[in-house]
Amino acid sequence: MEYEVIIGMEVHAQLLTESKMFCSCSADYADAPPNTHVCPVCLALPGALPVINKAAVEATILAGLALHSDIAETAVFARKNYHYPDLPKGYQISQYELPLCLHGHVDIQDDNGQPKRIRIERAHLEEDTGKLVHMGDHSLVDLNRAGVPLLEIVTEADIRSATEAYNYLTKLRTLLRYAGVSTADMEKGAMRCEANISVRPVGQKEFGTKVEVKNLNSFRAVRNAIDYEVKRHIQVLESGGQIKQVTMGWNEAAGHTFVQRSKEEANDYRYFPEPDLPPLQVSQAWIDEIAQRLPELPDAKAERFAAQYRLQPADVMFLTSEQDIANWYEAAVALYPQPKTVAAWFTGELIGIAREKGVTFKEGNVTPAGLVSILQLIDTGKINRNTGKAVLAEMFANGESAERIVVNHGWAQVSDDAALAGIIERLLAHHPGEVAKYRGGKKGLMGWFMGQVMRETQGKANPDVVRKLLQETLERGA
Amino acid sequence: MELHQLTVHEAAALLQSGAISARALTDAQLVRLRALQPDVKAYLHVAEKQARRQAEEADEVLSAARRDGVLVSPLTGVPLGIKDVLSLAGQPTTCGSRLLKGYMPPYTATAVEKLAREHAIFLGKTNTDEFAMGSSTENSAYFTTHNPWDLTRVPGGSSGGSAAAVAAGMAIAALGTDTGGSVRQPAALCGVVGLKPSYGRVSRYGLVAFGSSLDQVGTLTKDVTDAALLLKVIAGHDPHDSTSLDVPVPDYRQALNPDVRGVRIGVPKEYFVDGMQPAVEKAVREAIAQLARMGAEVEEISLPNTEYALPVYYLIAPAEASANLARFDGIRYGQLVETGNMWKNFRETRGQGFGPEVKRRIMLGTYALSAGYYDAYYLKAGQVRTMIKADFERAFADVDVIITPTTPKTAFKIGERIDDPLSMYLGDIFTLSVNLAGLCGLSLPCGFDENKLPIGMQILGPSLGEEKILHVAYAYEQATTWHRQRPDI
Amino acid sequence: MGLTIQEVEHIAELAKLRLTAEEKTRYREQLSAILDYANCLQAVDTTGIPQTATVLPLKNVMREDKQQPSLPPDVALANAQEKENGFFRVPPILDE
Repeated sequence: MEYEVIIGMEVHAQLLTESKMFCSCSADYADAPPNTHVCPVCLALPGALPVINKAAVEATILAGLALHSDIAETAVFARKNYHYPDLPKGYQISQYELPLCLHGHVDIQDDNGQPKRIRIERAHLEEDTGKLVHMGDHSLVDLNRAGVPLLEIVTEADIRSATEAYNYLTKLRTLLRYAGVSTADMEKGAMRCEANISVRPVGQKEFGTKVEVKNLNSFRAVRNAIDYEVKRHIQVLESGGQIKQVTMGWNEAAGHTFVQRSKEEANDYRYFPEPDLPPLQVSQAWIDEIAQRLPELPDAKAERFAAQYRLQPADVMFLTSEQDIANWYEAAVALYPQPKTVAAWFTGELIGIAREKGVTFKEGNVTPAGLVSILQLIDTGKINRNTGKAVLAEMFANGESAERIVVNHGWAQVSDDAALAGIIERLLAHHPGEVAKYRGGKKGLMGWFMGQVMRETQGKANPDVVRKLLQETLERGA
Repeated sequence: MELHQLTVHEAAALLQSGAISARALTDAQLVRLRALQPDVKAYLHVAEKQARRQAEEADEVLSAARRDGVLVSPLTGVPLGIKDVLSLAGQPTTCGSRLLKGYMPPYTATAVEKLAREHAIFLGKTNTDEFAMGSSTENSAYFTTHNPWDLTRVPGGSSGGSAAAVAAGMAIAALGTDTGGSVRQPAALCGVVGLKPSYGRVSRYGLVAFGSSLDQVGTLTKDVTDAALLLKVIAGHDPHDSTSLDVPVPDYRQALNPDVRGVRIGVPKEYFVDGMQPAVEKAVREAIAQLARMGAEVEEISLPNTEYALPVYYLIAPAEASANLARFDGIRYGQLVETGNMWKNFRETRGQGFGPEVKRRIMLGTYALSAGYYDAYYLKAGQVRTMIKADFERAFADVDVIITPTTPKTAFKIGERIDDPLSMYLGDIFTLSVNLAGLCGLSLPCGFDENKLPIGMQILGPSLGEEKILHVAYAYEQATTWHRQRPDI
Repeated sequence: MGLTIQEVEHIAELAKLRLTAEEKTRYREQLSAILDYANCLQAVDTTGIPQTATVLPLKNVMREDKQQPSLPPDVALANAQEKENGFFRVPPILDE
């Protein structure tokens, strides 16, 4: 039987603010000793009250605009009640009936590379929980993360495969980074993902029983966990079994899901409007003001790059994948208006060097002007293409100018006819056999002669000049 | 006159002229407090050393002011009691709960901090029903406060410790909190003035939350002038409380005018109910007649949804409380019951740490919010709350203030209602609506019953109408002597 | 309408309150009586009437995103009974 996979995703992304969602403690908890970024509010001391961080609200609206959402006129914070040792108030302040963002979408590619739209049901603002460190016979609670602003983004059940889920997540990360609201770094926990997965026979109208897979902490985990669950569901259904509605976790090392919570009854969170916080009222003027901070979004940028620079789809995709990459590229093209050449050097050479070193291209010392200066040295014949690559690698490592690198290494191209003529004459004198074969019609030996000259000149010879001189000398003697 | 009998404004005059020192006044208060505490049990914690140190600082401020010829706040050097649901760094804050035994907050509630900045003196923390849930202090985990007018009776609650302390001269004045009448009802039962400001008038930061949309810090004082003085200090916007109103604070003393000619007083017919103690109705009606004789215009009005205030309140306040009290899990503070299992820790710490009334309200509130009941209870109550609020808005279009009895009956015997929560709740019917609608209200003495127990009259004003109720209360007070009567203790 | 003991137990579990058998019986009676009384609200016609969750007409009360000092660590942990190396310490969190 053919099966259809139905997936909805919930993503939590930490918003990049200086202070926490409801208090003035630093939101940067990454390297802080435990419980050093806490105050009466985020410790939930008796009598403390929350105050809304305006930057977090604006970041949510900004994200909502990037997700093509409607921004609510009125949004209300609500208390989500449950007990857990990492939740100091015994409730999480979230948004329930009236979230800030509704009805958006993210455009991705499906398994066949065709465009596909994933609808966003809602995106709302809430606070993060603290962190638990499990020590076996006990656990430790660190509340530095408690109260860090979180954006929760919920899709409709529009995702149909692990690949689509992966594409959705990467696109979402790109959008959040473009909007500048989150690092969206899954490995560091700044973006966390849950997937609601069900499977049904093709043609069946009702959804199958869904399972929720939580704590998917990497892109790989998302893809693998979904693949695993889909296979499991199909196996169970094929063998006449039934899927139980459970909450699962993902064991990355072992490569399988495991049941976290099997309670039949759903959690009863007893949401009600947060009486400590007056509602948010978002005027069009406020939205317009925030919208001005929104840069050109990746889809629009990709369309423009394809049209303006006539690049291949793969190059467009890469060059618009991050704002820094796109900006770098456009800065280089502005100085050197040959978009394809710049794209080739950027995506091929520069990224290659970075990858080899295991760093990002930004961690190297190559500026757009730096790359352009190398291209200009090639154009004027000062160096050849291969030397250009070596100069780029040097520049990446130490940041020196192209000219200085060429001089320091003596990499200037030898185009001097007299010098090269001498080298060629000596070469031919040493290899009379090859000369005779060439003159006898074995023209393919030209490459061998070229290679010998380049080796003699340590690659610095101008290949065009060498070829011309070799031909003249060999033909002359024939 | 003995020092402990002074009002704030009387004490301020003596302190600022140098006739007495803050240290002498504080010592006199502490002597009085120690003498009466075994009988009245108004305080959960007495901070003698800190109070004396504060008094010495206040004396320096006072003498510097005299030397430089500048005015200081009338609260400077005045010893006060603070209800134990208000956070005060350096003193335990137990909220009358066993669960919070030993908890020492690292910060001070804004309202208390404002008094500290004026160099008021804090004698200690006054008794309260656990987490302010109750009308008698019988729900305190520690002991019941006794009414200074009759030690076999309750002082009212939940600010019963503060009311009893002021009535007995164990504090010059005190702070309380009022979620459904917890300042006004004990004020009525102890024969003092209790002011509940409008919701948003005073910061709730540091007030341990019971019903967040209803809670407000209030004052318990010996007269109306003191209420005006204290309110002036504690009122105002606080960036730590998003529900505190950012509007100017008037000088409430300016409102204290004995002339009530032309003031329109509404008397709601729904507040004179069957089962009321006849002496209470008689005293309040006589007080209204007195104000009419003084030139106020009295008219009967109707607040038709009054009967729903009690059920609405007993759904909304517990619902909010069920969430507000979820933080008491023994992990970061409070008396932990260690079982070796996290979930058992939660259940045992809370099950053993909370008293019966608190658990009852958490259960009730949890139920009202739970799946399948939210619409019928919490949401419905919120809608009827809108109707109750609209009743008052209509009424205040025609009248300046509304006058009612504060309670249907005078102080009841300790133990009389403890096993019947509904009858206990019914004692609050006249005070709840004010919190539901966010209005201001004040209770002041207007007579005594056959047992010489004080009777309270409640004056209600619109949101931010504190000047109106202080005006009418002051005029009545000037024309009568009830407020000068003190229990013989 | 009366609550069942099972409902009382369910609510107690949501609220994380361990109740004795005697408490369950008592709360069942008392809560039933209070809810019975509260049921008079069901007769009120509230069609089209909005809920009042808070009485104030306030909107958009926010603060600027500025960091301020946190509590010193010893103060933050001062009231905790169980702590370890700057953390609050809790028993293992086992599934039930």
